[in-house]
Amino acid sequence: MTNLTSVPGADVVPAPAAKSAGRKPSTKREVNAFTGLAHIGLVFWALVTAGPLIWVVLASFKTNTEIFLGKPFALPQSFSFQTYVDAWSEAHVGRYFFNSVFVVLLSTAGTMLLGSMAAYVLARYRFFGNRFIYYLFVSGLAFPTFMALGPLFYILKNMGLLGTYTGLILVYIAYSLPFTVFFLAAFFKTLPYEIEEAATVDGASHTRKFFQIMMPMARSGLVSITIFNIVGQWNQYLLPVVVISGPGSDQKLLLTQGIAQISVSAGYHAQWSTLFAALTLSILPMIVVYAIFQRQIQAGLTAGAVK
Amino acid sequence: MRHGKYPFIIGFLVVPVALYCTFVVAAYIQSFQLAMTSWSGFGAIKYIGFENFQKLWNDDLFWKSLRHNLFLLILLPIVTIAIALVFAFLLNVGGSQRGGVTRGVRGSKAYRIIFFFPQLLALAIVAVIFGRVFGPDKSGMLNGLFPDSWSPWLFMADERWAMTCILVVLIWQAIGFYVVLFSAGMGSISSDIYEAAALDGASRFTLFFRITIPLLWGTIQVAWVYLGIAAFDAFAIVNIMTVDRGGPNGATSVLSLMIYRNTFEFSQVGYASAIGVVLFFLTLTFAALTLRVTRRESIEA
Repeated sequence: MTNLTSVPGADVVPAPAAKSAGRKPSTKREVNAFTGLAHIGLVFWALVTAGPLIWVVLASFKTNTEIFLGKPFALPQSFSFQTYVDAWSEAHVGRYFFNSVFVVLLSTAGTMLLGSMAAYVLARYRFFGNRFIYYLFVSGLAFPTFMALGPLFYILKNMGLLGTYTGLILVYIAYSLPFTVFFLAAFFKTLPYEIEEAATVDGASHTRKFFQIMMPMARSGLVSITIFNIVGQWNQYLLPVVVISGPGSDQKLLLTQGIAQISVSAGYHAQWSTLFAALTLSILPMIVVYAIFQRQIQAGLTAGAVK
Repeated sequence: MRHGKYPFIIGFLVVPVALYCTFVVAAYIQSFQLAMTSWSGFGAIKYIGFENFQKLWNDDLFWKSLRHNLFLLILLPIVTIAIALVFAFLLNVGGSQRGGVTRGVRGSKAYRIIFFFPQLLALAIVAVIFGRVFGPDKSGMLNGLFPDSWSPWLFMADERWAMTCILVVLIWQAIGFYVVLFSAGMGSISSDIYEAAALDGASRFTLFFRITIPLLWGTIQVAWVYLGIAAFDAFAIVNIMTVDRGGPNGATSVLSLMIYRNTFEFSQVGYASAIGVVLFFLTLTFAALTLRVTRRESIEA
């Protein structure tokens, strides 16, 4: 990174001294002005980013009257957590939240297990049909998910999986496989063959080699893509809307669906503070997780785009 | 070495391939097939050839939706990439110069952390938040910030501006991700190159246009494709945030919403599949075009 090279004594870098000595003051002023402008721009965007989120938190403590007064960033007159209690139990944010946690835990685990198995075999074994299966998976990247909504719905219906978490988890896994396989296959290809050969000589079975040698060696890639899948599946909206539908699905909604529904009913009943509390409850865990793992999360989410 | 190879391969592949074929491949194949039918979701399937596509050709809402997708397709990548490049550049080389070594601004890490956060929020939740931010009365954040003497802006309820609001929200969410992505790319550009250019008296603007952008071209290409794909989607945000879902008066309808509504609300699965097929070819054309048009100009770092 360029911004780490503040070597003490860097000032002594010889070359420019003689040539630019004459115009140094003006250059410096230009630089300071530039840095100042840079900070203004950056602070502005930081405010634009954080502003709506801070506003949501503030509004969650306000009464409807206060909300309609304007002055969005004024502090609330009193801090009561009643709106949070309402949001958690009456608007069922708590239930939606744990529904999401449950589904994403299982589906990410399943995606990683099945995805790495497929990727490993496709990356490191030669057999008839290898390329065909690989490209079958990768071609899934080219198709927009919502293109096949109807058929997906009826496939699930015919299998009796509509409105079930089993169905949703299987669908999550299936739609996460293209990218997972694509990414991990590339990753497994880069791992050295020597250790694997040594293990073969020692009589390790293929399955054992995979779980005890290759998986640990691929840890960094697995971590990135796990984070990628957790975030992607946690944020899904379209697939749960299609799968968790029909009678009796009210109890089963995921967080994204649930918040969208609360937003609609808040509009009818003018219970805005409950909506804001619900939003805060769904944002806060993300902030906590992000505060702890921000480096890994940034790396994981951008991993897909950096070749 | 060959001992047990095939049972192992089959054992490892069978479940993922079966799942993928059942829920993804079969669904896509069926949507091509259903595009040729008038299926409503129930009863017998009747093939009608290309009638759905003819109907699409004469459907005003389809053209309107397509225009909205193209609006996003052009503006979302351009604006996001431009702003993200500038911020990434400021973060990496916007700081003071010391003996020819240009450094990032102070606090660049904190900025990056804040900018990136919206990426972690579900688009659905962002849509709910901004539905209120753009609230058409004093309870909306922006109208609340405006002076009391102004009459409230309608934002999403105004046909002329509703699409722009959607664009703004998508940009708001995307920028941080691309700042981090481009920062990583800029970090891997050798500082020697910047130093050498700085010694030659290059200004920051020259550095930006002559060094940073050409060396980042590959990453920018990827960003363009990603943002383009996001522009073809936008379902969550339109479905949740817009007035009347796609309104007012179709002013924010997009293709993904049309597919959803035709499938689940208007019982026109065949017609929805036809839109899906069109969308598929649009996405493919877009990705191929982007890669072709931008290929020549790439420079190896």
